[in-house]
Amino acid sequence: MRYIEPHAHMVSRVTDDYERMVLAGCEAVCEPAFWAGFDRSSAAGFYDYFCQLTEHEPRRAAKYGVKHFTWLGLNSKEAEDVKLAEEVIGLIPQFLDRPNVLGIGEIGLNKNSRNELRVLEMQVDLAARHAQLILVHTPHLEDKLKGTRLILEVLKNDRRIQPERVIIDHVEEHTVGMVLEAGLWAGMTLYPETKCTPARAVDILETYGHERLWLNSACDWGRSDPLAVPKTAVEMKKRGHPGAVVDQVIYSNPARFLQQSPKFIL
Amino acid sequence: MTQQQVLDLYFLEARHQLVEIAAFLDRVERTGPAADFRARAFAEAVKILGGPGQGKAREVLLAFSDPTPEPIAAATTKAACGTWPGPAHA
Repeated sequence: MRYIEPHAHMVSRVTDDYERMVLAGCEAVCEPAFWAGFDRSSAAGFYDYFCQLTEHEPRRAAKYGVKHFTWLGLNSKEAEDVKLAEEVIGLIPQFLDRPNVLGIGEIGLNKNSRNELRVLEMQVDLAARHAQLILVHTPHLEDKLKGTRLILEVLKNDRRIQPERVIIDHVEEHTVGMVLEAGLWAGMTLYPETKCTPARAVDILETYGHERLWLNSACDWGRSDPLAVPKTAVEMKKRGHPGAVVDQVIYSNPARFLQQSPKFIL
Repeated sequence: MTQQQVLDLYFLEARHQLVEIAAFLDRVERTGPAADFRARAFAEAVKILGGPGQGKAREVLLAFSDPTPEPIAAATTKAACGTWPGPAHA
């Protein structure tokens, strides 16, 4: 089995996780910028983080033969402070030419506030001006439905945005349909308690097909499983899905989306 | 998969999860009548399980969701609690 982990926060994981992922067949890891679990006190903290994502983490992954790619942006959990957001967004262009940067992400909404929405629009504009792919985080739990609708509206209103170059992550049964209908890609995140379980993710694949869907663990510093993607592949096999279909979902699909960036070379 | 295969694969796990939900409801009720908005939302969502047709997971998720269309004035917390508390708390 081979797979791509298209969304993992590896700076929060121990090095043993890289080894376990490689043993399970992981060939590439893509790491969107994320909230650290606490608010950074200044834009300088983000500068250091972006250096970590583009310099240190690829070297750590390379020790296990894994390609490491990244997405840069300001997570919506830190988007309430618009002035800080403007400073952070101003830092990003100098990193966009680095060899492992695939695009802008994960951007999106968290509590669906006006400031979060404003910062989302600013980051969508940044992506459009620099012709970058976009990875969007949708809110948690009770906020997901409303947030997904607001995000789709922002993307639809910016005519420079090509839907096939945007992935909306963390979809569940009540949001996946609207994302696919809008022509965007959809990511299913596999978490032990929130978001999708492996069984539900396979239900969604069986209901909506597997053309523009990918699976990811989004493993971070919270309860999460860096092996969630291969475990879901096992779930597919238990249900009798052919190996070629499993390979499409966990390898070819993310590769097809990510190869829209010329830097995504396996 | 046939229905037999689905049940062979998932019945025991689903039975376990249903007993856990029943025990959770007992635990909440031992503390008195359901006053908290989460307990009320949970009781409403459980009703969906006994209904007919496909799409129960989607319906349960919708039952817990904020149905309003407008962004909120400001985010005063980062966390989600699992169900919309209603307009009075928005």
